[in-house]
Formats: sequence, C-alpha cells, structure tokens
Amino acid sequence: MNTSSPAEPNYDELVEKVGYDFGLKRRTFVQILGAGFLLTASMPGVAQRGGRRGGGGGAKNIAARIHLGKDGSITVFVGKVEAGQGARAELTQAAAEELRVPANRVQLIMADTGMVPDDGITAGSGTTPRTVPAVRQAGAAARQLLIDFASKQWKVDASTCEVRDGQASCAPIKQTLSYVDLVKDEDAARMLEQAIPADVTLTAVKEWKVLGTALSRPNGRNIVSGKHQYPSDIARPAMLYGKVLRAPSFGAKLISVDLAQAKAIKDVTVVKDDEFVGVAAPTAFLAGQGLAALEKAAKWESSPHPSSKELFDYLKQHAQGVPANAFTEELAKAKQVLRQTYHVAYAQHAPLEPRAAVAEWTDGKLTVWAGTQNPFGHRAELARAFHLADDAVRVIVPDFGAGFGGKHSGEASVEAARLAQGAGKPVSLRWTREEEFTWAYFRPAAVIESEASLDAQGGITSWHFININSGASAVETPYKIEKHHSQYVQSSPALRHGSYRGLAATANTFARECFMDELAAAAEADPLEFRLAHLENIRLRAVLETAAKGFRWKDRVKQKTPNIGVGLACGTEKGSYVAACVEISVDRDQDRISVRHVSQAYECGAILNPDNLLKQVQGAIIMGLGPALREEMLFEDGRMLNASFRKCQVPRFDDTPELDIHLLDRPDLASAGAGETPIIAVAPAIANAVFHATGLRARSMPIKLSGAQKA
Amino acid sequence: MDKTVAFTVNGQSRSVTTDPERSLLDVLREDFKLTGTKYGCGEGQCRACTVLLNGKAVPACLTTVSDADKQTVITIEGLANGETLHPVQEAFLAEGAFQCGYCTSGMIMGVVALLNEKPNPTDADISSRMQKHLCRCCSYPRILKAIHQAVPQAQKTTAR
Repeated sequence: MNTSSPAEPNYDELVEKVGYDFGLKRRTFVQILGAGFLLTASMPGVAQRGGRRGGGGGAKNIAARIHLGKDGSITVFVGKVEAGQGARAELTQAAAEELRVPANRVQLIMADTGMVPDDGITAGSGTTPRTVPAVRQAGAAARQLLIDFASKQWKVDASTCEVRDGQASCAPIKQTLSYVDLVKDEDAARMLEQAIPADVTLTAVKEWKVLGTALSRPNGRNIVSGKHQYPSDIARPAMLYGKVLRAPSFGAKLISVDLAQAKAIKDVTVVKDDEFVGVAAPTAFLAGQGLAALEKAAKWESSPHPSSKELFDYLKQHAQGVPANAFTEELAKAKQVLRQTYHVAYAQHAPLEPRAAVAEWTDGKLTVWAGTQNPFGHRAELARAFHLADDAVRVIVPDFGAGFGGKHSGEASVEAARLAQGAGKPVSLRWTREEEFTWAYFRPAAVIESEASLDAQGGITSWHFININSGASAVETPYKIEKHHSQYVQSSPALRHGSYRGLAATANTFARECFMDELAAAAEADPLEFRLAHLENIRLRAVLETAAKGFRWKDRVKQKTPNIGVGLACGTEKGSYVAACVEISVDRDQDRISVRHVSQAYECGAILNPDNLLKQVQGAIIMGLGPALREEMLFEDGRMLNASFRKCQVPRFDDTPELDIHLLDRPDLASAGAGETPIIAVAPAIANAVFHATGLRARSMPIKLSGAQKA
Repeated sequence: MDKTVAFTVNGQSRSVTTDPERSLLDVLREDFKLTGTKYGCGEGQCRACTVLLNGKAVPACLTTVSDADKQTVITIEGLANGETLHPVQEAFLAEGAFQCGYCTSGMIMGVVALLNEKPNPTDADISSRMQKHLCRCCSYPRILKAIHQAVPQAQKTTAR
C-alpha cells in the first residue's frame, strides 16, 4: 500500500447519483433524477457519495505509478483527470522533478481505470495536496533505485551518487547509468515491484527545477489545432448517436409511451427499459427525430414541485432542526445585537462541454469514454447499474471540457451504455445544453441566518451562524470570537444538488463577510480595521493586507464618488487563503452593477506552477462574477425557466474587470489546491461595495440593486 | 428527402447525401470526423462551433448543411499549414490562452475571421466580436492577450 498520501480530510462530496438499475432479475428503474427530495443519506444503495471518500487506494507499488521503458520512455499513471484545472502539467512536473528528467520526457496517462491506480475523485482541490506528493514519492523512489543500482555497480557509497537529466553519476567515475540501464537489469528492475517506501527523500523546494516553473499544458498544441479528442469527440466503428427521453417536469412519472412512431423511422433503434426510454441512430439528427416521436407519444403524470419564487421560505420551512442561539448571556449584555438573513440562489456549473459518453460492449464487458471527475466512482456506478464486476467495466477519461464540481455523477455514461446494449453497437451520447442546465445537479441554494453581539468597544462577543441547505464548507468563522457557533443544517433540497467549485464556501463566505461588514458599520469601524482587529490567523491577515495595499483601500474607501463603491472580503477554505478588494459602479435605473477593478491576494503554500495558478485565480474570479451578479436558476411547476445561455447569462468578455492578482508564495508551507478557493471572496466584496456606493445592503446572491435592503 | 450537398472543406472537395436540414456542425463532426468544431449550446450563444463559411465566422450549429452547398468551409483542422500553426493558433498556444480548451477552436476561428475582415482591429472591434464567444473557464484575460499578440503576426502572413 502506498502510505505516502497524507490522511484523507473529512471531505464529503454530496452528489445525488441517479439510481439507474438495469439488473436482469430486478428489472426496475429507480428514477430519482430531478425528484429533488432525496438526500444522499436517505437512499442507501441508490444514492451514493461520489468516490470512495475522495481518496482511492493509490499505487500499490512503484511500477503501478511509473513505467520505465527499455526504450527510454517514461510513463506515469495517475487516476486524476484534466478538466482545465492544470493537473496534467502539475503532475508531469511532479514526476519529472523527482526523476530528475526534463518535463517533456514524461508521458502522463490519466484516468483510464484499465491502466492507472485509483487516486480517487478529482475534487476538493485534492490533486495538489495528495496526488502530487504521491507521484513525487514514486518518482523519488525510482530515482533512489537508480542510485542504489549505480552505487552497487560502481561499488561506491550511494550518498556519493546523484541523478541529473535522467543519468546517475558519481564524481570520480567517468561512466553514467540511466533508467534504461536500470530496467535492463532484471534484478534491479524487479525492485520496481516493491511498495513505494514512505521514507524516501523528496526534493526540497529550494532545489526545485521543474516544479515551481510555469510549465504549459503538455497537450496544448493538440488543443489549438483541434486534434485533441474530448469525450464527445470519440468515434468508434459503427457508432450510433443517442438521445434520452426526459420528463417534461421534475419528478414526473412516465405513464405510457407508444414506441411505434419512433420505431417506424428508418435506422432508428428504440430502447425502453422500464422508465428509461431512448433512441440511437446513425446521426444525431435522426436520433433527434426519433426522440421527437417519443416525446409526442409519451404520457406523464406530474408531481408537485416548489418553485424558485418560494424557494427560500420552502428551504426554511423544511430545515431539519435549526438550533436556537445559546449565547443568551452575551446577547443580554451586548451594546448592540445584529441579526440578518442571507440568500443564495441555485446555480448551474454549465461546463462548455456538456456531459458526454461513448459506450461500447465487447463480450459482455463495457468500455466507456466519459467526461467525469470521478473515473473509479463512474466505473462503480456502471458496474452497479448493469450488475457487472468492477473489472468488467473500463472507464477512460480523455481531458474534457470542464467540470467545476459538476461532473461527479455518471448518468450520461449509464444512459449511453444502456443504449449501446440495446442497439448492439457503440453509442455516443452528448447531453444538450438544455439537459445540462436542467438534469445535471445544481449548486445548492442557501438560507443563512446570522446573529452576533457587539460590546461597547466594537468587539464581537458572540457569533451564531446557521447555513440551511447548502453545506458546511467554510461555515466556521476564521475570526477570533470568544463565543461562536456555526452549523450546517439540512433541508429538503428543491432541486437535485451537489458539488460546485468551492462547495458551500461561496455561500458561507458571502454571508459571513457581508455580516462582518454590517457589524463593522454598526461598530463605526473601517471594514478592514474591523476584520484585522478580529483576526489572528497570520496567513489570512497576510492576504487581506496584501489585497488592501494593492488596492490602496485606505484612500479609496474614503473617497465618495457618486455611483462608485468599494468593498472587501476574505476567507479560507481547503488550506488556502484569499482576500479581494473590488470597485464597482452602479446604475440604479438599469439595475446594473459593473465590477471595474478587483485586487485579489491568494496564498496556497508553495506554488507548484505560477502560470497555471494565475489562470486558476483569474478564471475563478471572473467565473464567480456570474452567480454573484446574474446567474440564478429559475423554476416553476417542476420546469426550468432559463435553461439556456441566452436566459442564464454566464460571464462574457465584457464582464472582465481590471485584475490585480497577488500570488503569495510560501515555499516553507505544503502546497494546497487552488482550483476552488479563489472564487469565494469576490461576491461578498461586491455586496459590500454596493453598501459603500448606495448605503443599501445586498443580502442575496445574485446581488441586485433592486433587491438591496435598508442597512 | 436526402439531398446531395457538395462543398469545399479545408481545401478539399467533399460531398454528402443527407437530410439538408442537418446542421453543418453535425455533418462536419459525424460524417467527416472533423471533431475540432465543438457543440456548446446549439443556439449560437457560445460560438464553440465557429467555422469560416466563405471566410466569415458562422456558428455551425445554426448553419444547415444545405447552407454550405457550393460554399467554402474552413474548420480549425484547416488552419495550420502542415506542421506550421496559423499565427492565431500560435498565439493561443504561446499565451496558454485556455484552461479546458473546449472553446478554443471556436475562439481561434472567430479571431481568424475578424482578422480576415479587419487586419488591424481596434480594441472595440475585438471586444464586440469576441463578446459572442463563451469561455466557461473564464480565460478571457489570456485570450485577449493572445489576440493582441496574434494581430501583428497575422498581418505578416496571408490570411487563408
């Protein structure tokens, strides 16, 4: 067993899985897709947590992680996926660094369950803190084997040998020995079968030559030339294109469907398995015609469903045990007590490549090419749906068109596989944009209730903070407050929900940082000074002070320009730290907020790849502007009202503000993942800038001037 | 009724007998296996499917194959000259102007079309044109840098 990975954090990816079951004995199809009322915990055996606690088993030995070819090739195997977050470059760097070879010598095989170790789900910013060290460990172990091999050949002490550019050398000896020499020696090569030792020495940060540099994406050339095959681009011989019949509304039950019209279309195969109905055809166009025929012939029974208009009341009514504020003494003694409620709407990830899978059956075994963040979880989902052993299923994940926490579940793969089974040919299934907006799981909505007491000196004496429905990430306050209670309380989700970049850290940081601003105003303190007065964590202080300095906060907060406002916020999640200062302009007639300038500081320990980190931070800020200002999934009678890019307006070029990004490198600290946390500070900073500009408080995401309330 | 449509794709004469209402996107991807052109929304809102039709950028998802009859189509696969990338591709690669890269083909084709029309575009030209293109990873700052890098390079080469 690989013991090199640090212990798994307590990190649960809450995703409801679609309970497809195509078992031969029990021909049932449990449809919870879109039912929206079932929590993970309430459906054991059907709804499962994504992945195996996120961890996976890792590589059982060096050879399972690194293959050293007799031809000089170096192949590294990882169970992580590349969805644009930069894992391919970073993991290549990790291996190259420890093997002491240039990065272009390393070929990285990612996320093919037939070839790679199970490194768990690609989520929770986990690749950097867990898989990078695991790969480094294996690389360092292989390098040590080369050193041991060379020192034995040369009869010198191993400590006098070193590896450079893939060659072992020892000062007084003129020869060199390479990894090829190592694997050509049978005894030495056998050593690669040993478990990866835990005590192998990793390269110190100050010695890094490949890590810490701006390696660009290794397959970038294939991206710009259109040659890279995304999951939706995979083509197999005789492959058909699939479409699946969806309910007209969430929770609707299929009463009957007459298949005759669809079957009458030449070359269209109809597959029906209980409530699963779909078509496969030689072109997507024909499949679309088949689907249209099915839609006309299907009769559904709808079921009641809450609408987005009543969402927050609904979530509050269904909250499961909201605790009362126990700090009665502090409340009684307080100079002031503040109480506020914050709302966060449902959002959709909307990765540009929708869910896509190609499924192929060969002799009862199933191969699926899919865009998923959870290759081994996907395999388990397929095995369960078709009552197969895990090793009868192979999931291959080509670098795909983004996930943002939205691609943990395997419904498209299971659907493609069922169609392929019925049609007897490989099937490619790519969800439409409307399906992706409607039937993929959502970022959970939140109602957050907060209450705090202030003493006469403007110090916070108690803090009571309850997140209803959206999750526990970053629910704890990072501020030093004597009496504090923060808690996540479940409700009945109105929509099927799951992970999203940063999970609930966005909602919790929004509410907390907006509330901190209200407390600062009540204490007649500057928002920056008020935060710093309650902040002991030096890493969080450092990003806050850096962002504020880069922004010239102290000057700009004093300026009063009509319709211009500044605001700030900070937070921490998954071991990294972020602070943002923003300037906005407001147009009350148009109900419009424009974000003009963002100064964001971010620190995630030792920086592995500064260029990729910069892209993650820039991208997170701009992506975060969507749910901060506009994105909000609207639904009524179980139907989505804005399931398109026309109606749900995600950020575009002209939303890009002037960006000042300050990346704080801490080579003395372990590297934390950076795909998520840079998204959490921008929304509350904007809401606080609304107050600075208008004197009104925005307490909902998306932030609307028309929805801002009296302070 | 199927119809035979003949057109030039990336310099090659191609013909296909198919339902004339099929999208150009589907025909390029399914019949010609030119999968560099991507589906993103099917309603012209994201422009991941941008191709050049007679040198102008069009969303292939809203273009029927019959619209392309007797016309000239260039896709991302037709931009490079052998192993030599088009200057816009080169700039996107050098700048690392993508994260997942799924929008990249469409972005590059959009920029190539812009430079065909306006070899020396103003910032306003660039932003009004690129406003149609979505990048969900929000690599917008890097894409803009790549475009600015590409403009002088593209002027040196003849746009195809």
